[in-house]
Amino acid sequence: MNIIEVEQLSRDFGQLKAVESVSFDVPQGELFAFLGPNGAGKTTTINMLCTLLKPTGGRATVNGYDVATQRKEVRNSIGLVFQDPTLDEYLTAEQNLRFHAYAYRVPRDETEKRISELMALVELSDRRKSRVRTFSGGMKRRLEIARGLLHHPRVLFLDEPTLGLDPQTRRHIWDHILQLRQQHGLTIFLTTHYMDEAEVADRIGIIDHGHLIALDTPDRLKDGLGGDVVTLEARDNVAAAAELREKYGVEPVIKDGSISFAVSKGETFLPRLCGSFESPLISIGVHRPTLDDVFLKQTGHAIREQEADPMASARMMHRGGGH
Amino acid sequence: MSDMLLGIWVIAYRELLRFVQERSRLMSSFAMPLLFLVIFGAGFTRTIGTMTPGVDFVQFIYPGIIAMTVLMNSVMSGLSVVWDREFGFLKEILVAPMGRTGIVLGKAVGSATVAVMQGGVMLLLAPLVGVKVSPLLVVQLVPILIIISMSLSGLGVLVASRMRSQQGFQLIVQLMIMPLIFLSGVFFPVNNVPGWLEAFSKANPLTYGVDAIRQLFLAGSTDVTGVTIFGHTMTVLQDVAIVACFGTILLLLAAWSFGKQE
Repeated sequence: MNIIEVEQLSRDFGQLKAVESVSFDVPQGELFAFLGPNGAGKTTTINMLCTLLKPTGGRATVNGYDVATQRKEVRNSIGLVFQDPTLDEYLTAEQNLRFHAYAYRVPRDETEKRISELMALVELSDRRKSRVRTFSGGMKRRLEIARGLLHHPRVLFLDEPTLGLDPQTRRHIWDHILQLRQQHGLTIFLTTHYMDEAEVADRIGIIDHGHLIALDTPDRLKDGLGGDVVTLEARDNVAAAAELREKYGVEPVIKDGSISFAVSKGETFLPRLCGSFESPLISIGVHRPTLDDVFLKQTGHAIREQEADPMASARMMHRGGGH
Repeated sequence: MSDMLLGIWVIAYRELLRFVQERSRLMSSFAMPLLFLVIFGAGFTRTIGTMTPGVDFVQFIYPGIIAMTVLMNSVMSGLSVVWDREFGFLKEILVAPMGRTGIVLGKAVGSATVAVMQGGVMLLLAPLVGVKVSPLLVVQLVPILIIISMSLSGLGVLVASRMRSQQGFQLIVQLMIMPLIFLSGVFFPVNNVPGWLEAFSKANPLTYGVDAIRQLFLAGSTDVTGVTIFGHTMTVLQDVAIVACFGTILLLLAAWSFGKQE
């Protein structure tokens, strides 16, 4: 059964097409990752799926309910962890959870039990009565994950769950997310621009400039590149690329002063190349394909290069405010 | 429980939780009216003296101060909407399966509860400044304070629904509060001022709130109470009805404006 179905979903902001005709399905129980650089349309898509933003085209259902017309039913079916914290910092951890339990009609006799269980799950039991403003970024995120699960949602949306956290805390958050995956029937939909985080997903949708450009399991996405990735640097990259294309029938991409391309058997290709290549080479290497390579192949640019987006860093500095 | 009731209860619950947990807000909301009362009372009583037989200035201004306190607190309750937007908590509220109207009414109920508590404190202090309070008066006052407070928190939320910064909100609110207070008859009887000022005052809904409270306190002293419109002197019930109409419109506008944001 598909818990999320998206058909030709679009959203414009005036002239800007933030999301354009995106279609995909997510079966129940899947860990699904949306991978793309900042500004690719990940958050816009999530906001439409969780009824915070009306689509300007197409349709989507979550748990069988239409996100445009059955908003209340959709909201009851989902848990959300946003990029920016959405906790009341002046209340304690358990007061925040209790507010959520009331708002989502968690049965009264179950509320306290669930709060205890979830606080234990995210290892915050000892901070239950502390005010949230005394929490670190990682603790806040964990508390939000606990809160997102309090009403037993069918789908948990995590929008950049590790954004702005240090590597150790990131790993910690991931331990929790992977633990949740064991839970029966919970579907997790997350967005990230970290390649290594997308790697653990059952399936990955790659989104860039509002278009869904690839959707498959991580292994198959990587296999789709056609084997191993060879990276080389030549004295004259343009001439070397031309020679590669001509002699070996590969499709080289020049990026940041180096050339990369995929070949089926890297280990045997390298000696052959070195024996007969005429352009002078500076360095050469071969590796198993990563999602970075997939992204580069699909979009013609690396995912990292858009991270210096001034809008994104401004938003990181001023957490909150915009929608 | 219906959607709207759920929204009202959850939002009001949190407003009150926040109110009692923020000591500075708790203190200032009680200290302000006290300060007004003491300073105005001590400052003006000697100069102005008796307004009408048996009513000195403190007795005259006291009901007005109660109305003013309620007004400031209720309008300011909109600030928490802006605050929540800045700090993200508004998103948690907006994605919850609750109706938008319930959220707005919840704010109003929360601020009305706070207003009643403040009114209670003011009433406890009344004997200290020589104002008599009877149990009947207290019973009559509570519903009036609730209606005034809910109406004006509608105004606060209406402004807040479109504001993105707390500074902006406070600026707009200051600009609105000052004329509302000064033209409401808190400080002088509106029946006996120049025509243009009288026109403004009688178009100000708060005037009727102040008058209703004052009529209850100064039963019978019709020289300084009972706003007259086209020769008709308003009764307490008519005063309250005007405030309630005005409040309903404001709350509906606030719910509409709040619901429209995406």
